[in-house]
Amino acid sequence: MTSLLVIIVLVLLAVALWQLTKIFDLTQVGASSDDSQVASDNDNNVQGYIMFGFLAFIYIFTIYGLLKWGNLALHTPASEHGGLVDNLMNITWVLIFTVQVITQGLLYWFSFKYKGNKDKKALFFADSNKLEAIWSIIPSVVLACLILYGLYAWNNIMFVDKDEDVIEIELYAQQFKWTARYAGQDNVLGKANVRLIQGINTLGVDMSDPNAQDDIVVSELHIPKGKKVHFKMRSQDVLHSAYFPHFRAQMNCVPGMVTEFAFVPTYTTSEYRELPFMVEKVANINKLRAEKSIELVAKGGTALDPYTFDYLLLCNKICGASHYNMQMKVVVDSPEDYKKWLSEKTTLAQDIAAAKAAEKPAEGTAPTADSTAKVIDTVKAVVDTVKAAVAKVALK
Amino acid sequence: MSAEAHDHDHGHDHEHEHHHKDTFITKYIFSIDHKMIAKQYLITGIIMGIIGIAMSLLFRMQLAWPEESFKIFNVLLGDKFAPDGVMANDIYLALVTIHGTIMVFFVLTAGLSGTFSNLLIPLQIGARDMASGFMNMISYWLFFLSAVVMLSSLFVEAGPASAGWTIYPPLSALPQAIPGSGTGMTLWLVSMAIFIASSLMGSLNYIVTVLNLRTKGMSMTRLPLTIWTFFVTAIIGVISFPVLLSAALLLIFDRSFGTSFFLSDIYIAGEVLHYQGGSPVLFEHLFWFLGHPEVYIVILPAMGLVSEIMATNSRKPIFGYRAMIMSVLAIAFLSTIVWGHHMFISGMNPFLGSVFTFTTLLIAIPSAVKAFNWITTLWKGNLQFNPAMLFSIGMVSTFITGGLTGIILGDSTLDINVHDTYFVIAHFHLVMGISALYGMFAGIYHWFPKMYGRMLNKNLGYIHFWVTAVCAYGVFFPMHFIGLAGLPRRYYTNTNFPLFDDLQNVNVLITTFALVGGAFQLVFLYNFFSSIFYGKKAVQNPWRSTTLEWTTPVEHIHGNWPGEIPHVYRWPYDYSNPNHDVDFVPQNVPMKEGEEVLHH
Repeated sequence: MTSLLVIIVLVLLAVALWQLTKIFDLTQVGASSDDSQVASDNDNNVQGYIMFGFLAFIYIFTIYGLLKWGNLALHTPASEHGGLVDNLMNITWVLIFTVQVITQGLLYWFSFKYKGNKDKKALFFADSNKLEAIWSIIPSVVLACLILYGLYAWNNIMFVDKDEDVIEIELYAQQFKWTARYAGQDNVLGKANVRLIQGINTLGVDMSDPNAQDDIVVSELHIPKGKKVHFKMRSQDVLHSAYFPHFRAQMNCVPGMVTEFAFVPTYTTSEYRELPFMVEKVANINKLRAEKSIELVAKGGTALDPYTFDYLLLCNKICGASHYNMQMKVVVDSPEDYKKWLSEKTTLAQDIAAAKAAEKPAEGTAPTADSTAKVIDTVKAVVDTVKAAVAKVALK
Repeated sequence: MSAEAHDHDHGHDHEHEHHHKDTFITKYIFSIDHKMIAKQYLITGIIMGIIGIAMSLLFRMQLAWPEESFKIFNVLLGDKFAPDGVMANDIYLALVTIHGTIMVFFVLTAGLSGTFSNLLIPLQIGARDMASGFMNMISYWLFFLSAVVMLSSLFVEAGPASAGWTIYPPLSALPQAIPGSGTGMTLWLVSMAIFIASSLMGSLNYIVTVLNLRTKGMSMTRLPLTIWTFFVTAIIGVISFPVLLSAALLLIFDRSFGTSFFLSDIYIAGEVLHYQGGSPVLFEHLFWFLGHPEVYIVILPAMGLVSEIMATNSRKPIFGYRAMIMSVLAIAFLSTIVWGHHMFISGMNPFLGSVFTFTTLLIAIPSAVKAFNWITTLWKGNLQFNPAMLFSIGMVSTFITGGLTGIILGDSTLDINVHDTYFVIAHFHLVMGISALYGMFAGIYHWFPKMYGRMLNKNLGYIHFWVTAVCAYGVFFPMHFIGLAGLPRRYYTNTNFPLFDDLQNVNVLITTFALVGGAFQLVFLYNFFSSIFYGKKAVQNPWRSTTLEWTTPVEHIHGNWPGEIPHVYRWPYDYSNPNHDVDFVPQNVPMKEGEEVLHH
């Protein structure tokens, strides 16, 4: 409601402003000439000073932004290649800020300095090959350096050495959740296809493939610190994007093909939580959440839970109505903890066997989820028949 | 438009060969006069702009105050999409999608290019009309039809297209995936197909007109930069729009006739679909083969307008006329071989990513040349701060600010982590959204007298510019930071991520700036529509400009010039030429005896 009020106030403000300019125009009626709507010397003067003021606004707003929001940006990268990315990013930022400050400075300074008046004549300065050569060659050289560094980093990050000792994990995307499949003892993922999806085999793993026998399917991603993790990504329905902001990693998941990305985590979750910047960030977030909670409780709602940091996997490609809530918790363990966690998990083969075993004795007893599904199927079939009948009648 | 009729009464004594009786319908509706068609494009573009910007304000309110109840949501979106005034998540995506589509295609392509190419090409090259006035009329009416189809998609049962303006399949192909991919998406595709037909007819007309109908003496190197940019824009359009048309047609086939161009191995809503062997990545290639040149189709005309306005109002030649032409050509060429920088992490071979990084960063060179040439044009000028000049300077400013972050996004390594975050939104809104919009505003303020024979109010123009300038930076500058924090775009709300709780205050600030900036566009609308009827009468050449359009009478007549078409004897930028006493020498003034050309 407050914002509606704000809008009304703004509209009224706008109305007031143009009424004011109307009055201003009316006062000038006597002096009205054909060029009354062309900038006069007085306009040039006033606008010239505002130009200068606007330059100050840009500079101050930039500094304010850096101070106030600079610490919002992602901090210490949690992966090995992240350092390379951030380094290139920092170099690029220095360049960008330098050029930005100089060019905006010149643009608005010239606007202020050369504001026109009736007695002046501009300098006829049509071209200068020397100047143009300077501002073609300098950007070319600088960009060449950036391109070389960028390509060096890109090749390092994107091409996974076949002989390297890596952990293979499949990331499986669907509306609106992530699932992970570990390759198991043999470190080879079993074949899979959406056409094989059945029951609890929701990833369509080909259970006749020997490599699939030890695969493990989980809904929380654990990866070990210091070891290269090679993600193979699949999607069952639409495009998704596996985005790990803290690891500087992202790759689209595309139905019909397998995409990949690999990185080495360098901080365990608990180590990353204790980094000074993260402690500060979490404290700040919890302060904000506490304030919000007071508001919520006053309105009769429930308070928000305090926040502890966890790495996240987000979906970063529009994938449907609940795109905004497609996430998975990522835990970086020490290698020992990782081994322990993984050894406690059952394989997909075991899960399927257990499900089958559970199904048999369940027959004839209380209705299970499966039998409910059967009922729904029957209802669907009936509806379809009715529809077909209606269509037939309609055709006649 | 009644000013038009009014002026016509005064102009009836202008006798010339093309004069004939007009009915209301041939004059105002099915007109084949380029000046009227330009105005039709402009008015349609403005109406679409109002809708597009209003949509952005609605979803910005949702982002600042997520899932809060606003009466206005309920009023505008209805009970289905905003029950009790709370915006639903699927209509959020629809608003984002249609906002993007409308702004990119209907406002900044047709509204900008359509208006000024139509208005200025014949007037500035010295032609009586476009090469084919009839095709020009068809082009406008197809555009109008496509706008009607697009807007009608807002009223279908399941809602309009909501797969993002890039409509990547399978999301856009499967109604099971999102409700907007039903009838809404069909209408979107039909609308775009019509739009592309309109755009192609317009572009072909512009190209032929510029090549064939220049007046005597108007060589290619005496063309104003506006014409150069419209000409090159039309060429890019002809090269790239048909590719989008083919993508749209193939998508229609996949959606309606069961083909598998873009779809494969899909399991959705509990069943396996029959599609096999297609690839969504192919669609991305086809889409961006238009999509990237499209941003230059949007920005190049704005650059042309700004170059022209800056020279006129600096009372100085544009600096480096030939370099400006070369850089436009270089940008146009490079624009067709950089599309892959939208797809670094699409799953295409990383080697391709390397190639596209290389070509993309090359574009920075001609862009830098343009920016520095504009700044040098101001140096030692006699700057006349008409509202058009303010918007031109503003355009250079936002083009630089937005363009620089392109160095980050164009670098595949850096793109990994900022791809599809708010950083991208900040970048492209500044470099092509706001910049092109400024170019369009500059053009409107500058050529309004030529269009309507009246002047826009300058003080309202000043207010409009300064509030817009502050708000544009206020909206998009903070967005860089929330993007660097890793916040993905197209999220209905961030409340499911406590990680992003500290970004909420920034979002409120951004929305506040957006609402203020949006509200002040009303100042422009008021100025525009009231000046059509009540503005001060314009003189023939109010800005003391050199180009040919200001040699035509204020009252519009068929064929533009009452007598013979003027001949051209000099380039378009003879401002403050030391050989002359006046500070501008129009193109149709013959060279004095012994006068030397003072530029390359």
